Amino acid sequence: MKTKLITVLLTCATLFTSGAYAADQVRVALLVKALGIGFFEAAYRGAEEASKELGDVKIIYTGPTSTTAEGQIEIINSLIAQRVDAIAVSANDADALVPSLRKAQQRGIKVISWDSGVGKAGRQIHLNPSSNSLIGEMNVQLAADAIKVKGKSSGTFAILSATPTSTNQNIWIGEMKKSLSKFPNLTLVDTVYGDDLADKSFREATALIKNYPDLDVIVAPTTVGILAAAQAVSDMGLTGKVYVTGLGLPSELAGHVHSGAIHSFAIWNPIDLGYSATMLAYNLVKGKGSKTEVPMGRMGTLEVDSNGDGAMAKPFVYDASNVDQFSSIF
Amino acid sequence: MDTIIKKSTTPDALSTSRLQGFLRWETFLILIVFLVCVMNSYLSPYFLDPWNLSDATFNFTEKALIALPMAMLIIAKEIDISVAAIISLSSTLMGLVAQMGAPVYGVVFVGVLVGSACGLFNGVLVTRFKIPSIVVTIGTMSLFRGISYILLGDQVVRDYPDGFEFFGQGYVYWVFSFELVLFVLFALLFYWLLHRTTFGRYTYAIGNNPTASYYSGIKVDKHRLTLFTLVGVMSGIAAVLLTSRLGSTRPSIAMGWELSIITMVVLGGVSILGGSGTIGGVVLAVILMGLVTFGMGLLNIPGIVMTIIVGVMLIVVVSLPVLITLYKNSLKHSK
Repeated sequence: MKTKLITVLLTCATLFTSGAYAADQVRVALLVKALGIGFFEAAYRGAEEASKELGDVKIIYTGPTSTTAEGQIEIINSLIAQRVDAIAVSANDADALVPSLRKAQQRGIKVISWDSGVGKAGRQIHLNPSSNSLIGEMNVQLAADAIKVKGKSSGTFAILSATPTSTNQNIWIGEMKKSLSKFPNLTLVDTVYGDDLADKSFREATALIKNYPDLDVIVAPTTVGILAAAQAVSDMGLTGKVYVTGLGLPSELAGHVHSGAIHSFAIWNPIDLGYSATMLAYNLVKGKGSKTEVPMGRMGTLEVDSNGDGAMAKPFVYDASNVDQFSSIF
Repeated sequence: MDTIIKKSTTPDALSTSRLQGFLRWETFLILIVFLVCVMNSYLSPYFLDPWNLSDATFNFTEKALIALPMAMLIIAKEIDISVAAIISLSSTLMGLVAQMGAPVYGVVFVGVLVGSACGLFNGVLVTRFKIPSIVVTIGTMSLFRGISYILLGDQVVRDYPDGFEFFGQGYVYWVFSFELVLFVLFALLFYWLLHRTTFGRYTYAIGNNPTASYYSGIKVDKHRLTLFTLVGVMSGIAAVLLTSRLGSTRPSIAMGWELSIITMVVLGGVSILGGSGTIGGVVLAVILMGLVTFGMGLLNIPGIVMTIIVGVMLIVVVSLPVLITLYKNSLKHSK
C-alpha cells in the first residue's frame, strides 16, 4: 500500500517534466534567486525568446523555493549531474556559490552570472544590466526628452538623490555631470538629498519646485525619490509644467505616467537581461566570441573587461506606450 | 536482549502483537529506497553515476549529522529547534577567529566549541529552569542567530585558512567525500550509543516514562543535559563542514534547516511523542530523502512541487502504522 502510494507520487512527479533530451541541443540552465518572482519570470520569457531565435537551445528555468545560497547549491549539484552545457545564475550569495560553480566549470560547464553576480573564480562572465556611465547618460537624456516634450529648446533640471553617502547614486550623479557636455541646452541648478525616505524626498522635491520657479525637470536616480517627486508634482498641480524622471519601477510609476507627471523613466529590462544571458551562455558553449567581446543577438555585443564584467545596454526607457505591459512584472 | 529492543522500538500507543506480521519500519524504508533508486535510474540517465551520487550526498550529510543526536533527543521526549541557529553562530565565530589569523585546527576547535556551548546552554535552561524544550529552543533560535547578525551584519567572511576547504569539499578515497565518511562513522557511533549501551536504554526509558525513570534511579536531568550538549556538538561539527563547503560565512547560513532535520528524524520512524525509534531508521530516512530530492532535481522539478511531495511522503509514512492497526482491528471485528 505504501509502496503503491509512493509509486503514484513519483509517477505524478514525472508528469511535470518534459523528459526528452535531444543530444544535439544546447542545454542552458537559467538559475534564479527563487521561483515565483515577477522579475525572474520576465527574464525567463527573454530566455525563451533567445531559445526560439537560436533553435537548438533548451532552457532549464530553475531556482530554490526561498532565496538561500544552500538551495541554489543543491540545484547546481543536480545541474552538474545532468551535464548541462551552461549555467546562467543570478546568485543569492556572491561567495558561497563559488566552490560549487568552480566544480561545474571543472566538469566543462560554462558559467556566467547575471543581475546578481558571483566572485570571479566562480564564473567566466558577469553580465551587468547596465554600466554607471550609461546610467548617468541615460538620466540626462531623459531630462532632455522631457524638456523637448514641453516644447522648449533649453531648460533647467535638478537632481533628487538618496543619501549624500549612497555609493551608487554618487557615481551616477558624477557620470551625469560628465555627460552634460553632450547636452549644452541643459542646466543643472541643484542637487538635493531625500535619504531614500518617502516623506523627506517629498519635502525636498516640494522645496526644489518652490526655490526654482523656472525648474523644468526633476531627475531622481532612485526608486523612492522618483515616486515621491511625482507625488509632489501632482499634489502641487504642476503636472505638465514640471516633469519628473529618473530610475523607477513600472509597477510603482504606471499611475504617474498616465497622469502626466512623468513623461518617461528608465530601468533595466528583465526580458532583455534573460535574453542576453541566454545568448551569452550559448555563444560561450559554441566557442563564439573572444576574451573581450561576446555577441548577444539583438542586444549587440558585450564588451568584457579584465574582471570578466560586462554591461548589457543603456537602461530601458518606459513611457505611456509600454509601462502597462511591464507594471505587472516588476 | 533483541526482543527488548524490538519492544522498545514500537510506539507505546500500539501493542506489539497487532504489529506481528507487519514488516518492521526499516524493512519498509529499505524497500522504498530501493524503489526510488530503480525509478530514478529509469527516469534519468544521469542517476546511476558514482560521481553524481557522491555529489548528491553533499546535499544532506551536514543535516544528517545533526539528525543522529536529534533522534536520541526526540526519543527522550525533548526537541531542539535551535540547531540551524547554532550552525549560524558557530560559523560566525569561526569566521571571526579565521579573520584574526587562526590556523585550521583553531578554526575547527572554535566551531565545535561554540556548538557545544550552545547545546549546553539549551540543556541548562531546560533542566535547571524546567522550561519545556520547545519554548527554550524557540527562544535560543532567535538568540543565536541574532548574535550572528549583530556580529556580522550584512558582512561576509571569506578569509579561511588554506586547507580548511578539505572538510566540506575534500575526498578521502575516490568518490567518498570527507563529509560522507564522517557521517558513516558517526552513524555507527550513534548506533552503538543508542542500541548497545545503558546510556541508550536510559534514553528510551526517559522517553517512555520520565517519572518512572527518575524513581528507578536514572539521573534524568543529567541525561537530558548530555543529550542537548550532544546535539550542540554535532551542530558545531555540521557548521565546520558547511562553512568549509561554502567557503564563506553569512549570518543567514543554514536558514530553515531545523525543519528538514526534524523531518528526517520523523520519517525515520522516531515517534515525535518520544520513546521509540532507531538510528537505522533515521539513516535510511536520510538516504531516502537525499535520493528523492536528488532524483527530482535531476528531472528539474520545481522546488515548490518538491516540498509538496516530501510533505505528502512524510504524512503518508508517518500515518501508515496507525492506519494499518485500525484496518486490522476492523477486520477482527467483522469476523
